[in-house]
Amino acid sequence: MRFFRIITTLLSVYYAYMVEYRAELIFWVLSGSLPIILMGIWTQAASSGEFGLSSIDFARYFIAVFFVRQLNVVWVIWEFEKEVVEGKLSPKLLQPLDPGWHHLLSHTAERGARIPFIIGLVLLFFTLYPEAAWFPSLPNFLLALFVAILGFFLRFLIQYTFAMFSFWMERATAIEQFWFLLYLFLSGMVAPLEVFPDRVREIIMWTPFPYFIHFPAALLVGLPENVGRGLLVMFIWSAIIFVCNRWLWRRGLRHYSGMGA
Amino acid sequence: MFAVQAENLQKVYPVAIKEPGWQGTLRHFLRRTYTIIEAVKGVSFHIEPGEVVGFLGPNGAGKTTTLKMLTGLIHPSGGKVEVAGHIPYRRQEAFLHKITLVMGQKQQLIWDLPAADSLKINAAVYNIPEAESRRRIGELTEMLSLQGKLNQPVRKLSLGERMKAELMAALLHEPQVLFLDEPTLGLDVNAQVAVREFLREYNRRTGATILLTSHYMADITELCDRVIVIHQGQLIYDGNLDSLIERFAPYREVQVELAHPLSPDKINQPDFFRAYGEVESVNGQSVRFLVRRSQLTGAIGKIIADLDILDLTITDPPVEEIIGRVFQTGSSDFSPKVG
Repeated sequence: MRFFRIITTLLSVYYAYMVEYRAELIFWVLSGSLPIILMGIWTQAASSGEFGLSSIDFARYFIAVFFVRQLNVVWVIWEFEKEVVEGKLSPKLLQPLDPGWHHLLSHTAERGARIPFIIGLVLLFFTLYPEAAWFPSLPNFLLALFVAILGFFLRFLIQYTFAMFSFWMERATAIEQFWFLLYLFLSGMVAPLEVFPDRVREIIMWTPFPYFIHFPAALLVGLPENVGRGLLVMFIWSAIIFVCNRWLWRRGLRHYSGMGA
Repeated sequence: MFAVQAENLQKVYPVAIKEPGWQGTLRHFLRRTYTIIEAVKGVSFHIEPGEVVGFLGPNGAGKTTTLKMLTGLIHPSGGKVEVAGHIPYRRQEAFLHKITLVMGQKQQLIWDLPAADSLKINAAVYNIPEAESRRRIGELTEMLSLQGKLNQPVRKLSLGERMKAELMAALLHEPQVLFLDEPTLGLDVNAQVAVREFLREYNRRTGATILLTSHYMADITELCDRVIVIHQGQLIYDGNLDSLIERFAPYREVQVELAHPLSPDKINQPDFFRAYGEVESVNGQSVRFLVRRSQLTGAIGKIIADLDILDLTITDPPVEEIIGRVFQTGSSDFSPKVG
């Protein structure tokens, strides 16, 4: 009961907080438009017929990528690093609630504030490019949504784990910046994994990357996916990262000096 | 059981050293060297439940580091610490319910939202029932005179109002032990008085233990009977504030208003006033002496008998001055050369 009250209170307060930034939200949503740009490149390239996917398939894939990417935007490492470096973590450490909940629920609340803008942009896209419009079946849509949410949790967990290095490093965000390079290419954001060589794709599918974007986007578009394996890999990575996260958290707290606080 | 107990508490940490200039930067990049800072060197004290204790020391003395260890924010390097029956750095839920730390420079309120939203979070986190949290918010609003302010964004509040709102957020769960680090920092005189009065009233109503650091001596003199003084990480005094004054300033200040201005030859005579005490200043007809308390009666008698005076006042030297001298000497062996 107490936990439920904490969750609902944090969600409502952080939703109010995010709504304070409603003007900025439009720009944040637009800043995630890279898939739309890449869509233009790939639909042109697809006209040569070398990739096994048609121009329409690429257009749908990238609009799905745009949608999924909007759902898994994570910035916890920037906030956490600032809290540790400036000692702002201290007030949160004094409360009987793991500070991670504040971050997780502020991200979740932000999604709520962002969704109307995402829907607006997708509808605008379909109006401008009606040939690419499609309606996924309800089970596919729900499954893709479920997987996208899981993907968000996994991405959050991984970035929050990198954030733990703030206890030892001045700029843990450097790790995330390097990781983002891998994320960009291996998650299916720059190109659908269908265009990768089979052996490479098989290896990538055992890493966490495709499950952030490619997996939910492919389910949304209706590309063939091994759902069981996908969920299993996500679960295994989540478990491994969670254990690392808690271990680093406990070690990090011993290192914390509460600078400036 | 003590509310706060510290035995031989220590904290050491490494700090990277960098020489200035290009060479220093290059050396710092290739081979970083560290020096060990002993921030707290074996401090021991205990505080009874309900006590209000001033925690004094110059900048860098180790006050904030000690407070961080007492609240469990950082792990001690050595020694024992127990607060409200718990080992702080274990951060057990029961412990976190019993304490609070208010830092003048750090805030827990969400900047862009009204304080009421942050209070709502605190009520949920500390599991305070809705009705009870409304009652406490009402009571604290009245005590802190924050009526009508809780629904304004925190960033729109004045510094004093913000500090009061911070206090409110920190006290909503009615902690038994309060650690206050410069709670009146940067506040104007009225706001300082309001915060002080609130703390006194809170202590009276709830019987909470308060450990308070402040650079404003009025905070200490008005709230604390007992002070703990640390200097360079070591405890140099623990006791009654009056005894501290007695011990570190065993003299009183005597100001005499003379009926006639002194002639220049008398002013320049070094021995002229020595019979009464140490001359602090001579300004026209006004002369200030420092006189040992033990010699006060004799000195006053002599002044009245020898000099033609209009007025005479006897005061204690300002507490700021006394504490400043304690910090300067850095030990409890200070003895002014007076009389």
